[in-house]
Amino acid sequence: MAKNKEVLLDPLFNENPIALQVLGICSALAVTTKMETALVMSLAVIVVLIFSNLTISLIRNFIPPSIRIIVQLTIIASLVIITDQVLKAFVYETAKQLSVFVGLIITNCIVMGRAEAFAMQQGPVKSVIDGIGNGLGYSIVLIFVAFFRELFGSGSLFGVQLLPLATEGGWYTPNGLLVLSPGAFFLIAIFIWIVRAFKPDQIEEE
Amino acid sequence: MEHYLSLLVKSIFVENMALAFFLGMCSFLAVSKKVDTAMGLGAAVVFVLTITCPLNNILYTYLLKEGALSWLGADFASSDLSFLTFLTLIGTIAASVQVVEMALDKYAPALYSSLGIFLPLIAVNCAILGASLFMVERDYNFAESIAYGFGSGIGWLLAIVALAAIREKMRYSDVPPPLRGLGITFIVTGLMAIGFMAFAGIQL
Repeated sequence: MAKNKEVLLDPLFNENPIALQVLGICSALAVTTKMETALVMSLAVIVVLIFSNLTISLIRNFIPPSIRIIVQLTIIASLVIITDQVLKAFVYETAKQLSVFVGLIITNCIVMGRAEAFAMQQGPVKSVIDGIGNGLGYSIVLIFVAFFRELFGSGSLFGVQLLPLATEGGWYTPNGLLVLSPGAFFLIAIFIWIVRAFKPDQIEEE
Repeated sequence: MEHYLSLLVKSIFVENMALAFFLGMCSFLAVSKKVDTAMGLGAAVVFVLTITCPLNNILYTYLLKEGALSWLGADFASSDLSFLTFLTLIGTIAASVQVVEMALDKYAPALYSSLGIFLPLIAVNCAILGASLFMVERDYNFAESIAYGFGSGIGWLLAIVALAAIREKMRYSDVPPPLRGLGITFIVTGLMAIGFMAFAGIQL
C-alpha cells in the first residue's frame, strides 16, 4: 500500500512531469491564460492518462514490441476523440477556446511517456494510480500558471472580476505581459525555481 | 503567387510554431543543448512537415470532411467522417515518418545516420500534428498547405537552432543553481518569444 501511495504522490513535486521530466509543456503554456480552460484541459488530460494507462497495461503482454508505438498512438488517439466529442457536447464554448489543443493531447508527451515508461511494465491498478498522480502533477503546474496569468493579466478568476480594472474606473492596471505567451514561460521558470530551491537534489549539473 | 509567399513568411515569423504557439516544446527544450543536433532535428522536422501537411490535406478534403465522399456517388454525399480526423492525421504522420525513415536509410545513408534517433521521435512531436490540425481548422487548400507546412518547419528550425546557440554560450555564465538547465532555458525561450513578437505587427 505504501508503494501505491508513492506512485500517486511522487509525480506531484518529487517527479513533476512538467518541471522535472520535461513532458507535456506545449499545452501547459498555451491553455493557461484563463483558469477555466486550464481546469478543463487538466481534467481532459487526467481522464485520457488514466484510461490510456489502464488499457495499455491490460494488453501490455500482447503488444509486439516492434509496433508498440503505433498501438499506443491508436489507443490514445481513440481516447482523445471520445474526450473531444464529450467536450464539444457539454462545454462547447470552452472546447472552442481550447481549439487544436485537445487534439494535441495525442502527442502530449506525458501520455505517451507514461504509457511507455510505466504502463508497459506494471499491472493495471498501479498504472491507473500512476495515471492519476501524473495527471495531478500536470494539473498543479497548469493551475499555478493559470492562476497568476488570469489574476494579474486580466484581474479576474474564472471570469469573475476581482481586481477592478483601471479602464473601467477601478485601480488595477492589468499586466499585459502575462496574457501574452512569454509570461507563461517566465511563470513556469519561477515554478521550477521554487520547486528546486526546496528540493536541491533536482538541481541539474551541466 | 504572392498569397503563398506571404503565407510562407507568416508561418515562419509571425506564427512561429515554437515561439508563438509553443508546439514541439518537449523536443525543443530537450534537444537544444548543441547546435549540431538541433540542426539535425530541425531539418528532419522541416522534411516531415512538408510531406505530412499536404498529405493530410488531401485525406481531409477527399475522405473526412462533411460531404467529402461525394465523389463516390450521390449516396455518400451526406457522409461526415470528421470525428475520425485525429486518428487519421496521427496515422498519416506515423506512417510517413516510418516511410521517410526507411527511404533515407536506403538512399541517403549519410543523412540517415546524422538524423539518427530523431526521426522516430518526430512522430510524437506536437509541431507536426499541430500544423495539420491548424491546416484543418483554417481550411487551407492543397497549395496553401504545402507553403504552410514548409514555412512552419523552417520557423521551428530557426527557433531551435537559435536557442541551441544561446545555450552553448550560456555555459560560461553563472546561473543560480535551482535555475540551471531547464529553468533558465524557459526564461531564455520567453525572451526569444518577446523578440519574435516584434514580427506580429507586420501585416501581410
